[in-house]
Amino acid sequence: MSTDVTDKVSAVPPPGKGGSGGGTSLVQLVLGGLRRNLRQYGMLIALGLIVVLFQVWTGGDLLLPRNVSNLVLQNSYILILAIGMMLVIIAGHIDLSVGSLTAFVGAFAAVLTVQHGVAWPVALVLCLLMGAVAGAVQGVLIAYFGIPSFIVTLAGMLLFRGLTEILLQGQTLGPFPNGLQKLGNGFLPAVGPNTNYHNITLLLGLVLIAAVVWQEVRDRRRQQEFALDVVPRNLFLLKLVAIVAAILALTMLLASYNGAPIILIVLGVLVVGYGYVMRNAVFGRHIYAIGGNLPAAKLSGVKDKKVTFYVFLNMGVLAALAGLVVAARLNAASPKAGLNFELEAIASSFIGGASMSGGVGTVLGAIIGGLVLGVLNNGMNLLSVGTDWQQVIKGLALLAAVGFDVWNKRKSGS
Amino acid sequence: MAGPVLEMRSIVKTFPGVKALSDVSLTVRQGEVHAICGENGAGKSTLMKVLSGVHPYGTYEGEILFEGEVSQFKDIRASEQQGIVIIHQELALVPYLSIAENIFLGNEHASGGFIDWRETLKHATELLRRVGLTDHPETRVADIGVGKQQLVEIAKALSKKVKLLILDEPTAALNDEDSGKLLDLILELKKQGITSIIISHKLNEIRRVADSVTIIRDGKSIETLDVKAPETTEDRIISGMVGRDLDHRFPERTPYEGEKDAAPALEIRNWTVYHPIDQQRKVVDDVSIDVRRGEIVGIAGLMGAGRTELAMNVFGRAYGRYAAGTVLKDGREIRTKTVSEAVDHGIAYVTEDRKHYGLNLIDTINRNISLTALGKVAKRGIVDEHEERQVSEGYRKSMNIKAPTVFEPVGKLSGGNQQKVVLSKWIFAGPEVLILDEPTRGIDVGAKYEIYTVIDQLAAQGKAVVFISSELPELLGMCDRIYTMAAGRLTGEVPRAEATQEVLMRHMTKDKEVTR
Repeated sequence: MSTDVTDKVSAVPPPGKGGSGGGTSLVQLVLGGLRRNLRQYGMLIALGLIVVLFQVWTGGDLLLPRNVSNLVLQNSYILILAIGMMLVIIAGHIDLSVGSLTAFVGAFAAVLTVQHGVAWPVALVLCLLMGAVAGAVQGVLIAYFGIPSFIVTLAGMLLFRGLTEILLQGQTLGPFPNGLQKLGNGFLPAVGPNTNYHNITLLLGLVLIAAVVWQEVRDRRRQQEFALDVVPRNLFLLKLVAIVAAILALTMLLASYNGAPIILIVLGVLVVGYGYVMRNAVFGRHIYAIGGNLPAAKLSGVKDKKVTFYVFLNMGVLAALAGLVVAARLNAASPKAGLNFELEAIASSFIGGASMSGGVGTVLGAIIGGLVLGVLNNGMNLLSVGTDWQQVIKGLALLAAVGFDVWNKRKSGS
Repeated sequence: MAGPVLEMRSIVKTFPGVKALSDVSLTVRQGEVHAICGENGAGKSTLMKVLSGVHPYGTYEGEILFEGEVSQFKDIRASEQQGIVIIHQELALVPYLSIAENIFLGNEHASGGFIDWRETLKHATELLRRVGLTDHPETRVADIGVGKQQLVEIAKALSKKVKLLILDEPTAALNDEDSGKLLDLILELKKQGITSIIISHKLNEIRRVADSVTIIRDGKSIETLDVKAPETTEDRIISGMVGRDLDHRFPERTPYEGEKDAAPALEIRNWTVYHPIDQQRKVVDDVSIDVRRGEIVGIAGLMGAGRTELAMNVFGRAYGRYAAGTVLKDGREIRTKTVSEAVDHGIAYVTEDRKHYGLNLIDTINRNISLTALGKVAKRGIVDEHEERQVSEGYRKSMNIKAPTVFEPVGKLSGGNQQKVVLSKWIFAGPEVLILDEPTRGIDVGAKYEIYTVIDQLAAQGKAVVFISSELPELLGMCDRIYTMAAGRLTGEVPRAEATQEVLMRHMTKDKEVTR
């Protein structure tokens, strides 16, 4: 694979510059890009390093198809929360209530389906609505009443935990209907001829590759249309090849086991959707603006209260979704579900490049941050490291990531 | 009167890229009240910071002699030990501590780390009596008015055995009554042998309390006048303050001669605004102004004149508490209660404080420019990034914003280039009326010229421009008509032909008609 990359790169000299020094200028370009986006790439590289380290230490167990599948299932709910949390933190706020809210929605789902026999699709919609209401109430208090988010959501954390225990009367409630269970544990159905691989997953992977390549090429063409400078062709190809290789690798891994987990598809849609919103939607831009400089955003006509409200409403919905996934995965609603999830989601966001003062961060960053924690968790489990030391190491990872960022900023700032 | 207590000789203070003080000498005699007078940005506050050790010895050139000895203050504590105490414009009191606690903050009556409350209260009561405050020393500072807070500051200074008291625009935030009391106190302290330096541009105040006045202009001390001498008239002081030659270059501009009959593009009628915290204080008092298409109208005024407050309150109530007034656009009344309403009506306000109110410093040039008018590069709520980039690239080139790409964070740009980004942002919003608040503050001469050119072009395109500035030459060079404001009121309207620095400054330093 790697020889393939270099072949392609050296085969196409940069246009208009002849062949002279094509290779070195490319290296410079890549290095320059890396340096400028150290924040984003830094964590990606760190994630890669952690994966390689644990792959070696576990004697190759980490990247076994079954374990990769597990990794996705284990971390899906934290990643869902991390997406919403990233938005909250970019807007300059914090949400401590999401862990309790996941537990509460899980309990609500159990009460609906197990105790009252409500059909699971109806229950799912009701649960998401419940999350929206919870988020909206907190959003109103924060945005329109001006109560600090830390206080409102700290209250929410206590409140929803209490309500969960009231709903469940201190007991664990289950099992869930099959349909709902699939959300937490299910895989895409196996169809078609026996190829030793999971057919739909393969197909999806190929479709995804096609879509990504098409999107990238179209994007580049649009840039040229607007007479804007574009990334040099070599670099563009290199980027394409890297993306394709990554998707291909993940597809093959998953396809050689049970196929793609359903939740991975959900997660993929969320990442792409939220990534797009944060980058391209007016709403997303306004979130960055109020987090980056609230007075300036106000004076630019940004409706800061409305934006804040929706950010918390959205967090409520995502917390509800995460609650459903957790409950479905455990196949039971428990009063202790979702404990410390808010902290994991917050840690993911900060590892992924968010700033305490707001205005900075990306959805992809939150995912990378979440994966760093997830791989650490999973890898240490494989190595049978106790939960005591796991916590210590995760704490140090958070400190190191943010410390590095602060150090890097100070160095480039002065 | 006695000899000099303070001599500052040829002080030069340079900040990166700016020479704040280029040659200032100041002699203050023992026991006098010495006023320092000058336009905004002349260097008054910097000079006092040099004197009080905020800018420590070694960071400036020149010599300071206090009581005949060379001073080498390394910080503000060192100057306070010598008896030099400065009271800043923004009061430095902790609102939730008591008066007594504030007076002795950092200087507590204590033994073994524990505060001696008896001694504290006794001493505080004594000091309060000296400044004429009857409030109980255990009252929280937040619960007394700004005027009294100012007196607490002076009590705090007295507790430090002050010999030279420096007051930086002490009455800027006070109403008439409190101002009067404060000035009386300064005279009273003078009787007790305390020398004071008072920075002020209120000429009536200077005449009332000061013995001599030193005029500072463009970082240089121009002259020191004896206030009590008959030849020192207000006009005499004004001519010292503005004596700058008009060698700044401005783009050639054909004065506006538009249709006088058409309704003004923007008309503000009888606008009144109260201070956001001090409910009693009018910061803008019954002001009416108008501006026509193609016209550049200036608003001149000194610190505290209420120009920014007027503009920001009209622009979506972004500052202060609205009390009265109407806005008319093309003769029809419009609502500008929120910023988005104002923007929708084609009004743009380009702030004087670009770092706090103008830009998201951590974001890119690109996204700062597009923020106010994202709708223009978006379809159904989705931003077309390529179009956005093309738009901002266009501004980068046309406004000559010096940055390699539009993806540079604006926080990394120089002041002039940041200002161009703020301007681009509001030009992109496509307004018909632009209110520019100190658009050239803190930027170099070259960038200034570029910004003047842009403003000129905007007017030529038929936009109505309101130009708020503290620099009289630029108002004279750019405007068709100039309003003057002082202490929240409109004090004059001067057409281009009649405008000189002296005329404007006379209006800007005009007293409130003291009839009440």
